Amino acid sequence: MSMAEPRPLTASPAAVSRPVYEIARLSKTYARNHLTALTDVNLTLNKGEFVSVVGSSGCGKSTLLKIMSGLLPPTKGRVVLEGKPVTGARADIGMMFQQATLLPWKTTVENIVLPIEIRQGRAAAKAAIPRAHELLKLVGLGDFANVYPGELSGGMAQRASICRMLIANPAVLLLDEPFSALDELTRDFMNMELQRICAEQQSTAFLVTHSLAEAVILSDRILVMKPRPGRIVEEIVIDLPRPRTLEMINTPRFGQIVAHIRDLLGKEAFQ
Amino acid sequence: MTAKPELIVDPNQDTVWVEHVALIDRIPRWLAMLALAVIVIGIWDLATARMGWVSPIILPSPGETLDDLIFVGKNLLTGGYMLEALWTTTRTVFWAFLIAASAGFSLGVLVGETKFGERAVMPYLVAIDTMPKVAFAPLFIAWLGFDIASKVALAAFIATFPIIVSTAAGFYAASENERMLFKAMGASRWQTLIRLKLPTGLPYIFTGLKIAAVGVMAGAITGEFLGGGKGFGALIRESASMLDTPRVFSLILYLSLLGLALFFLVAWVQKRLVFWNKADRPGGVG
Repeated sequence: MSMAEPRPLTASPAAVSRPVYEIARLSKTYARNHLTALTDVNLTLNKGEFVSVVGSSGCGKSTLLKIMSGLLPPTKGRVVLEGKPVTGARADIGMMFQQATLLPWKTTVENIVLPIEIRQGRAAAKAAIPRAHELLKLVGLGDFANVYPGELSGGMAQRASICRMLIANPAVLLLDEPFSALDELTRDFMNMELQRICAEQQSTAFLVTHSLAEAVILSDRILVMKPRPGRIVEEIVIDLPRPRTLEMINTPRFGQIVAHIRDLLGKEAFQ
Repeated sequence: MTAKPELIVDPNQDTVWVEHVALIDRIPRWLAMLALAVIVIGIWDLATARMGWVSPIILPSPGETLDDLIFVGKNLLTGGYMLEALWTTTRTVFWAFLIAASAGFSLGVLVGETKFGERAVMPYLVAIDTMPKVAFAPLFIAWLGFDIASKVALAAFIATFPIIVSTAAGFYAASENERMLFKAMGASRWQTLIRLKLPTGLPYIFTGLKIAAVGVMAGAITGEFLGGGKGFGALIRESASMLDTPRVFSLILYLSLLGLALFFLVAWVQKRLVFWNKADRPGGVG
């Protein structure tokens, strides 16, 4: 099988839709220990785009995500979502963590409307329940709306947390290694589900992950970060066609991209 | 190497063997408990009524104890003076538990939720907790007199500390992820407290309440021993000073019913309130 002349891996910015999230000249220094966690990070997420960031531990990707979600203030630079600077938690940011973090005393559907309940009160949360049911159907959990999280499997719980992230129609999805606690088969399946859901919702998503394969299979672009100080060293456009399938993992192009990233990171990892 | 002919197993034969199960695993729990009770009471009976190894003043026989249990039971049922004493102790325990629960919970919230509580208040609480709290009994009697108030104070004083510690621990119990989730949802401190930290901490708080239920009994009886009054503790002391050992035994048994009732009341409320804590919850916080 021969590949049609592969494009160069390093990106030239393609003409795309409007920018949703813009970060420019972003730096973060922890005053306590004079640690520079991030330096001069520039990145733009366009509408409907899926961007991942990979890098070894301590490269600042978690710090970047925390700043993007408004949980941590930047030291320098611009952090702007939908034209408004991010200066704290925001309703138009959807987040997902490594753990599903569902409250065990609330049913699945109550967990999903929790962000609405916190921001707008019980009445608004009640009004959002039909929408929560729709989302549950979208992730294939339609029959589990009134079940307590204790009865859900790990993969089901993460699907419920996808619904919770989507309930407020966020402008951007921030995903912090969302499936890394799941077993490998479930994770592959969930990644495909995530791709389908993001396509259906036309979501703009930003994923932090350790898994190169996961990043390649899901992303339009991958940002490779390196530590000390945390910075983006390369941006890679993934030119695999959409929709992506798990079979693509076995294609030469996929292997080539993974090898390229591994090469970039490898030098660092073994020092 | 060739295998010896007698070691060749019939290829169609199943490899079936039986796992050894210990005797104690094969009998039901109630039978094991009954067996133990029979053995203990048997030895007790042997040592007292049958062989007379132990003086009845030191240890009455099971028969004598049973007789006295029936006597005291009748007195309680017919509303005799013992019922009045039991009622006094019950009231003491009730008020002490109520005070300990509210004071313990409030201080627990202060210590668990505020930096001031954690840094400034907690060290003092730890210091007081290491003191033998029974030693405060004379002070409480001096301050509050020989009536029920001094016993309530001592019992509440003893029972407050486990509730403080468990409430504070409960408020710390919410995971980093859960806190981050609430922060990302823009939850206020009050919302985080009520919607996250309190429910997460409930199992801990109930553990403290159960310990307090035991402590409040000990405190009330100690108070009645030291400060007199009309409670069950005073009754026990009087019986003991008259060498009426069977009476002491039966009073203690009836008293333990009060303690059990309080303990199971707390356990029952916990079961109703913390319904989600019974099973493993892989979907919840691991």
